[in-house]
Amino acid sequence: MENTIVKAENYNSYFGDNHVVKDVNISINKNEVIAVMGPSGCGKTTFLRGINRMHELIPGATSKGKILLDGQNVYDMNAIYVRAKIGMVFQRPNPFPNLSIYENVIAGYLLNGIKVAKADKDVIVEKSLTSAALWKEVKDSLYKKGTFLSGGQQQRLCIARAIAMQPELILFDEPTSALDPISTSSVEALFHELKANYTLIIVTHNMQQAARVSDRTAFFYMGELVEFDDTKQMFTNPTDQRTQNYITGRFS
Amino acid sequence: MEPKIGMRNLKSSAFKGVIIFFAFVITIPLIIILLYIIKQGITQVNWHFLTNVPAPPGEKGGGIANALVGSFIMVMLAAVAAVPIGMLAGIYLSENPRTKLAYYSGLCVDILQGVPSIVVGIVVYFWVVKPFGTFSALGGSIALAIMMLPIIIRSTEQTLKLLPDSLKEAALSLGVPYHRVILKVIVPCGFAGILSGITLSIARVIGETAPLLFTALGNRFFSTNLTKPMESLPHVIFNYATSPYDDWHDLAWGASFILLVFVLTLNIVTKVITRKWKIQL
Repeated sequence: MENTIVKAENYNSYFGDNHVVKDVNISINKNEVIAVMGPSGCGKTTFLRGINRMHELIPGATSKGKILLDGQNVYDMNAIYVRAKIGMVFQRPNPFPNLSIYENVIAGYLLNGIKVAKADKDVIVEKSLTSAALWKEVKDSLYKKGTFLSGGQQQRLCIARAIAMQPELILFDEPTSALDPISTSSVEALFHELKANYTLIIVTHNMQQAARVSDRTAFFYMGELVEFDDTKQMFTNPTDQRTQNYITGRFS
Repeated sequence: MEPKIGMRNLKSSAFKGVIIFFAFVITIPLIIILLYIIKQGITQVNWHFLTNVPAPPGEKGGGIANALVGSFIMVMLAAVAAVPIGMLAGIYLSENPRTKLAYYSGLCVDILQGVPSIVVGIVVYFWVVKPFGTFSALGGSIALAIMMLPIIIRSTEQTLKLLPDSLKEAALSLGVPYHRVILKVIVPCGFAGILSGITLSIARVIGETAPLLFTALGNRFFSTNLTKPMESLPHVIFNYATSPYDDWHDLAWGASFILLVFVLTLNIVTKVITRKWKIQL
């Protein structure tokens, strides 16, 4: 219990009348890498976006139940505070096109109007870019626009941007689905290093990726959390028939 | 099969030829107008012309200084009023496209765009000029601002609609409050488009005569008083051109030339802005 960072209790999400996430109960520990997998439309992304309250930004989207972050229900907190505390990386790299690489990393501070001394900014930028394994590649072009980078570099820039806010938890929504294989492997390699300091929840429709990067895997199907177990256990000996069917490729 | 294909190719070429021809034809009137105004007007333009007010009838010389300054003041004042209102309304329309309010205000913007400029003039006459009991530059500015609004609103809306949602999500996921997302991310990213809408709207109204006829009226003397009648470029052209004196007709050509230079410059500036400042997404 001590070690739990995120806990969902009877969590439900809706788009209008459409019940997308059904009664999910899950408990995630600190410094774990969790993969959330399942076929398209199973509610995995919606669940993820419920954790940092991005779900409710879509018109008509609602949710019920609790998401506890360090024991506190995020739905009792200010949504803006929740989103600042939880990092998020999206499907497509989305650096701010009007900002330089440097400014992109500290965008969380810049855009929120948080004053930071120049020296501190430099430290944050270098540390975040180093953690995102991007420092060496961009340290000579920090003042160029972030959109000049390659797709994989842009995605790592977005990871650096999330890290800069010093979150405990980072959510990844299919972070490599818009990247080529080489960029994908660079981002995946990063997950292993980030684990030391952060908790990662990674939504992916790619089973191999789930198997490669995660400690535990959650399998969603038709809005339900079907199975949640050690990744090795899940891929070698799943308990639920539906998980087995999915893993063996009987449907996808 | 063979002859039919030949026929098809021929038709395609003929069609291509026709559209190229008309694309070329439409440039002719513009070029003729431009050349004619340049030819008639450029000889009138000199320092004296730009820095003097109209001379009394019969006297030589005279210029358009009062009209230049008047047009500048009224258009700038109109922009100061129309830009923030138009941008904010445009932001609402692009952010909430499916609401009832967006539907109806969008409709109003379209209708406003189609309202003849002289009608805008009459309305402002009854709203501003009559209650205050005097023609005024302020009235002229209000009329021009109303003319500018639909252009600014629509260009802001269209520009911002093209920005991907992922941009907004990126900012929101960092815990940035909505108003800052709009002001610090969305508007800066669409800045080139919004700014070009503004310059286009200025180019559009700087040549408007009708809304000024019974608002700012016109003034033969130099005036910067907003509560008094004020001269403007299109109005000075109208006055000079309809006068019985030949040297005044020449002055009208000179003023037309200046107006044309402004409008062309604004259009070119707009193009440069869109190209140079466009943010690569």
